[in-house]
Amino acid sequence: MSAASLSSSISVIRAASFANDKPALVSSARPPSSAFLGSSAGLRFDPLSSSAAGAGLRPSPVVAAAAANVVKEKQPRSSPSGSNLLITKEEGLELYEDMVLGRAFEDMCAQMYYRGKMFGFVHLYNGQEAVSTGFIKLLKQEDSVVSTYRDHVHALSKGVPARQVMSELFGKETGCCRGQGGSMHMFSKEHNLIGGFAFIGEGIPIATGAAFTSKYKREVLKEEGCDHVTVAFFGDGTCNNGQFFECLNMAQLWKLPIIFVVENNLWAIGMSHLRATSDPQIWKKGPAFGMPGVHVDGMDVLKVREVAKEAVERARRGEGPTLVECETYRFRGHSLADPDELREPAEKAKYAARDPITALKKYMIESNLVSEAELKAIDKKIDEVVEDAVEFADASPPPPRSQLLENVFADPKGFGIGPDGRYRCEDPKFTEGTAKV
Amino acid sequence: MLSILRREAAAGCSDAVLLRERLRRSCAAATARLRGYATAAKEMTVREALNTALDEEMSADPRVFLMGEEVGEYQGAYKISKGLLQKFGPERVVDTPITEAGFTGIGVGAAYYGLRPVVEFMTFNFAMQAIDHIINSAAKMNYMSAGNISVPIVFRGPNGAAAGVGAQHSQCYAAWYGSCPGLKVLAPYSSEDARGLLKAAIRDPDPVVFLENELIYGERFPVSAEALDSSFCLPIGKAKIEREGKDVTITAFSKMVGLSLEAAEILAKEGISAEVINLLSIRPLDRPTINASVRKTSRLVTVEEGFPQHGVGAEIGMSIIEDSFGYLDAPIERITGADVPMPYAANLERMALPQIEDIVRAAKRVCHRSVPMAATA
Repeated sequence: MSAASLSSSISVIRAASFANDKPALVSSARPPSSAFLGSSAGLRFDPLSSSAAGAGLRPSPVVAAAAANVVKEKQPRSSPSGSNLLITKEEGLELYEDMVLGRAFEDMCAQMYYRGKMFGFVHLYNGQEAVSTGFIKLLKQEDSVVSTYRDHVHALSKGVPARQVMSELFGKETGCCRGQGGSMHMFSKEHNLIGGFAFIGEGIPIATGAAFTSKYKREVLKEEGCDHVTVAFFGDGTCNNGQFFECLNMAQLWKLPIIFVVENNLWAIGMSHLRATSDPQIWKKGPAFGMPGVHVDGMDVLKVREVAKEAVERARRGEGPTLVECETYRFRGHSLADPDELREPAEKAKYAARDPITALKKYMIESNLVSEAELKAIDKKIDEVVEDAVEFADASPPPPRSQLLENVFADPKGFGIGPDGRYRCEDPKFTEGTAKV
Repeated sequence: MLSILRREAAAGCSDAVLLRERLRRSCAAATARLRGYATAAKEMTVREALNTALDEEMSADPRVFLMGEEVGEYQGAYKISKGLLQKFGPERVVDTPITEAGFTGIGVGAAYYGLRPVVEFMTFNFAMQAIDHIINSAAKMNYMSAGNISVPIVFRGPNGAAAGVGAQHSQCYAAWYGSCPGLKVLAPYSSEDARGLLKAAIRDPDPVVFLENELIYGERFPVSAEALDSSFCLPIGKAKIEREGKDVTITAFSKMVGLSLEAAEILAKEGISAEVINLLSIRPLDRPTINASVRKTSRLVTVEEGFPQHGVGAEIGMSIIEDSFGYLDAPIERITGADVPMPYAANLERMALPQIEDIVRAAKRVCHRSVPMAATA
């Protein structure tokens, strides 16, 4: 698509963003040459920008154009019967509801934080909902999601009730971790969400271990049809961390069923991705280890979903890991304590115009999938869900004092003490062998 | 003592270490009589004890698997996992690349999901690259998830000084891991200890740091018939009184137990009856046993190989002061490694580690006998 065919609004953005020297956005170059492309085939970028690849500073306005492109492209394809569309009405409503839940919940978190109901570190996910929804809504309950401290929306997408997440944030006993974890440590065994690691990079080996377990259960323990996959979410800053590379290597070496999802929002607190990374194109790190690396527009939930479908199917078939770089953006600061002074307003405006929820809404209405009224009904419903979660959390009691010393160990007396309270070695029957060697 | 030693350890040793080994051997037979168990049926090296323990636990539970550098085809960096790859296959004895942070995290992730990994570190010095996972992902997880996700993992490997391996291969980590809630920390001495504690650790639903010692891998100890049974386990959190006495209590763990027993022999000839406690479990620490012993003897000497500041001895000393202050007849003494990174030269290394003479002198000091303070090189 040449510049001439862009709508005037996009041209304005393009002109405005890069008048200064500081590039705010890395060029998303041509997709990789491997056969696995997913729908990133739709993202053919302006050769002008990719020719600058290799130079340090890369103005790349075309991403905005491409997103609008795809949405526009899809329109002509939609027929009255809707058979060419990427999603059905039910799927569309599910995706919309999930993203709106994520957005409304995070906005409520900000309100509650400033009212003093929440404390400590709170990292919000506004703007990145397409990545969470796009991937997690394809997973089964037995599949695992491993995330970082920015985990509220991953928890919600995976199925943890909003009430439990809000209570956990308030530090109440009814939270998913009974108030002992907090914002950064959401865990749910029932939903297989290992939500929260405060150290970046810490979750990646854990996720690789979850994938290892899935393979082990299938091959060694011979559990029939155990094809659980793991999705590991992490950011651009993590991609410079040693553990990331260690796990790319081992996951590909052992062909583990894992998808590494990079939520590249270009900023690690105040450190721009371009200032921190020698080669900012993260998807390239996949092929370096022998696995496919895909770049996708993370502000478009449909594109993310297409790529995710292929990656998850690959993992389920046993073909090994995939590295997916989602180009996305967080509308708020790194955390609620971050003054967010280093990001250019023009950059923020550019991405605000690509709000994933607005984009999906527009797509669904213009394809005649849903009516405005239905979407408004969902908005209203979600508002009620979030309000209810806050009320529930407010009304819940804080943990009792006795909880302080509980749960340090799963078995506090140590194995050696038997159920009758005596040491096992004093039990005359303890030598009855059970192992077959 | 002059007979030729047949040892299975691959590393060469300095003369001083060999002499120490011969001394311990000759005392081992004497101390065997003082152990609680029946007369020894056979002998076993610590290496064999660990190997059989791993073998039996892996046979009994298919969720147990071993992971680490050189554990498979190399038969184990110190041959602890000899024969296991042939028996259980590469899915259960996993050779990893040199990626401590990565594979430790993988082990912890697998433990979250119900497998029971045994992660081997070539030495615990290398585990520092993975200590984030040991503490933040493993130790704290059960608490952070309010009991939902437990971590039945064992981290094992040699700990402490070997012979002439320098500063970066010689640190003792008992104090570091022992201060962390959520971990169980074990330090066996003899073959029976090694067997029983490793089996208990593998069966335990919590993360266990299992501190072995390279220099005693090749040591032979008598083992009782009960210890050879495949369901033999020692309790976690319970210390063992290796030698009973009435004048002074000496606490030690791992290799230092051997030195303490020899020191006790020397002290006995001078009329001091020393009670030697083998801690076995650094965390949880068996405070009742230590307190009961100090209340009996009124004097305490703690022995450890690690750095003095914030060490295991500091914790034991404070614990005694809190619980049994009135029973003490002398200040508590702690014998530790020197407060320096481990030097390489053989004579300096000897000075940087506790020797039998140091323990003897300390015991005499607490018994108010006059002794020279400084060690002689």
